[in-house]
Amino acid sequence: MDLSLNEMQLMLADSVEKFIANDYDFETRQKYAESRTGFSLPVWQTFAELGWTTVTIGEKDGGFGGGPVDLMVIMERLGRGLVVEPFLSNIVLAAGILGRAGSNEQKSRWLAAITGGELQAGLAFVEPSAGYEINSVQTTATRESGGWVLNGAKAYVLNGGSAEMILVPARTSGQRLERDGITLFAIDASSKGLTIRDYATVDGQRAAEILLDQVNVADDQVIGEVGKGFDSLNSAINDATLAVCAEAVGIMTVLTEKTIEYSKNRVQFGVPISSFQSLQHRMVDMYTACEQSRSLLMWAAMALADDSDEAERAVHSIKYQVGIAGKHIGEEAVQIHGGMGVTWELDVAHYFKRLTAIGIQFGNADWHLDRLAAMPG
Amino acid sequence: MNVTFTDEELAFRDEVKSFFENDFPQDILEKQNRSVALSREDMVRWHKVMYRRGWAAPNWPTEYGGTGWSTVQKYIFADEQARANAPAFLPFGVSMVGPIIYTYGNDAQKQRFLPDILEFNTWWCQGYSEAGAGSDLASLKTRADLDGDHYVVNGSKTWTTLAQYADWIFCLVRTNTDVARRQEGISFLLIDMNSPGISIKPILLLDGEHEVNEVHFDNVRVPSENLVGEEGKGWTYGKVLLQHERTGIAGVSGSRYALQRLRKQAGKAVRGAEPLAGNPTFMRKLAATEVELKALEYTELRTLASVASGKAPGPESSILKIAGTELRQQVDSLCVEAAGYYALPYVRDQYTMDSPDSERIGEGAETNSSLTYFNNRKVSIFGGSNEIQKNIIAKHVLGL
Repeated sequence: MDLSLNEMQLMLADSVEKFIANDYDFETRQKYAESRTGFSLPVWQTFAELGWTTVTIGEKDGGFGGGPVDLMVIMERLGRGLVVEPFLSNIVLAAGILGRAGSNEQKSRWLAAITGGELQAGLAFVEPSAGYEINSVQTTATRESGGWVLNGAKAYVLNGGSAEMILVPARTSGQRLERDGITLFAIDASSKGLTIRDYATVDGQRAAEILLDQVNVADDQVIGEVGKGFDSLNSAINDATLAVCAEAVGIMTVLTEKTIEYSKNRVQFGVPISSFQSLQHRMVDMYTACEQSRSLLMWAAMALADDSDEAERAVHSIKYQVGIAGKHIGEEAVQIHGGMGVTWELDVAHYFKRLTAIGIQFGNADWHLDRLAAMPG
Repeated sequence: MNVTFTDEELAFRDEVKSFFENDFPQDILEKQNRSVALSREDMVRWHKVMYRRGWAAPNWPTEYGGTGWSTVQKYIFADEQARANAPAFLPFGVSMVGPIIYTYGNDAQKQRFLPDILEFNTWWCQGYSEAGAGSDLASLKTRADLDGDHYVVNGSKTWTTLAQYADWIFCLVRTNTDVARRQEGISFLLIDMNSPGISIKPILLLDGEHEVNEVHFDNVRVPSENLVGEEGKGWTYGKVLLQHERTGIAGVSGSRYALQRLRKQAGKAVRGAEPLAGNPTFMRKLAATEVELKALEYTELRTLASVASGKAPGPESSILKIAGTELRQQVDSLCVEAAGYYALPYVRDQYTMDSPDSERIGEGAETNSSLTYFNNRKVSIFGGSNEIQKNIIAKHVLGL
């Protein structure tokens, strides 16, 4: 029994924390978030130079072979810094799928470039009427003259505006919700027939809606087996779910700390508002929600790392918890900050907005609770 | 990062599991499983079984006859105890007054009291709360005035659990009123319940059970040798004791197995056309409660892992009492929902072993659910109410 971080994880945590403390204050973050791409490419390339982008990449693919616990360590710190650089879409989603299902040739073509910070990538895992079901795929891929032709639409492609390569799940057989018959295609963003409508999201990030109209794709752009893309898609989404939950725990920690600090300095009626019991108890509730989330996060990271029977339950559980606790902590942090809490100027509002977005990404609390309720005991 | 047990710890778990399966009084487990209350004799008997096995005091050091178990072993033991649905140790002797005596008492007191606590020859009860001193315990008024080599005790204690069975009571009493801080005039005194001038008045709780009492002291003469530690330091000792009470109070294992039994019951109990397990509204509540349980389990494991590696428990341990008691109450409430109409019968005579199953109204687990629910409203009140716990966390953990 040992719930502490190992030496490598401590060094990694320290490295991310130092970077944020020295080079990533809130004003800098806002500047990157409001830029055309929604992040800083030089900063992203620094992440690659520091080795963060290869921590979770397999050793045979040139990475450190880290697992979900290492991912948790990085993401929690990125959360604390409210970092907008596209770690999730490039590393967890795109590289995650290529690492699992890509051929050696495909890995050398894309994977090294992504982790090296030279290629931007994304995964088109949401369709307009899919809700949170990643198996709801209506985009079609039809066999034609030695290749494939894709038609359909994707609603929310993280990093889609910057991505030079987009992984697109499309249906090669089966009905709308069938897991069988989903095939993954790596598509060049400049492909003919592909429309990318880049947009800002409320949490200071960017995503894109993409439309596929007779897009031609060659056989060597099929990732994994035809019709068998669901498993690697699902695994990458599970990792991404854990990743945003870790990010959320980092954010909840910061919001709780900032709220406590603010309440000690804000004087009304001649006393700091931290002396009011109604506020004290609410901050204790925030602290409790944050720590209970951290506990579940550790369970989920270990369950995924061990590929245990509980892994699926653990991922549903932590995402449900983060959905509930994130909303609670975000709303309370804004409330206790009073008028300042609802301004654009203060970082608190931006942490709150990111928590709100995480609450939706990869399934909201209700969706995950439904899955848990339907699982056998 | 892992939560795996070592081979030695796994072997220990098997040993404990086997003990509860083979060597623990099975008639007592049967009573537990059928929601039949244990008698005083039952309780004394099973505690003596633990004594003979050498497991009477999991938390004590070996020099006083404790097990000397590691933190992980204590965790494993408590978990197996709950899994077997065995009763929990009565805390008053072994968890509460025992550690105070071996930490602050003199040699004569250790020799006089500790062996009997260990062997369960004496039944202890706790004299802290008073009618006017609940959450504000330091306002207690029961006085102990020195008269020669005796203290003369006057006043009343309340909420005294199972005082009707007790041989001894440990009390916080006021020995000095001329102090700067109210906490300074309080002393820790051991009192024989057979002393002249003590009277007990039962208080029935909302489930109809005689679990607690008022204990009145009318010029009760207590030998001054029964004072533990220094006069006026009782508050400090008592605070340590409350901390003992706080960690044990999370009751994670108890909630876990109660929830597992509820899940089984939901699969069996037909409500309308199908078992309750087919009702998505209920199953969502059950699933949400299971998530809370898992969070609490891992918060407890974090504390455990920290202590096991020789560090102090982290600040997250402060939330265990609140989260643990809230979860317990939530589980109890779900059990009432699951029972439906069968939560309503209040037929106390049927909770005896000689009441045949065929004559029972409903199953014990169901008809007892509301009584358990009512009774466990106490858990967020005793040992420092959850509101007091929040005050403590606000001050000592968050620095507010």
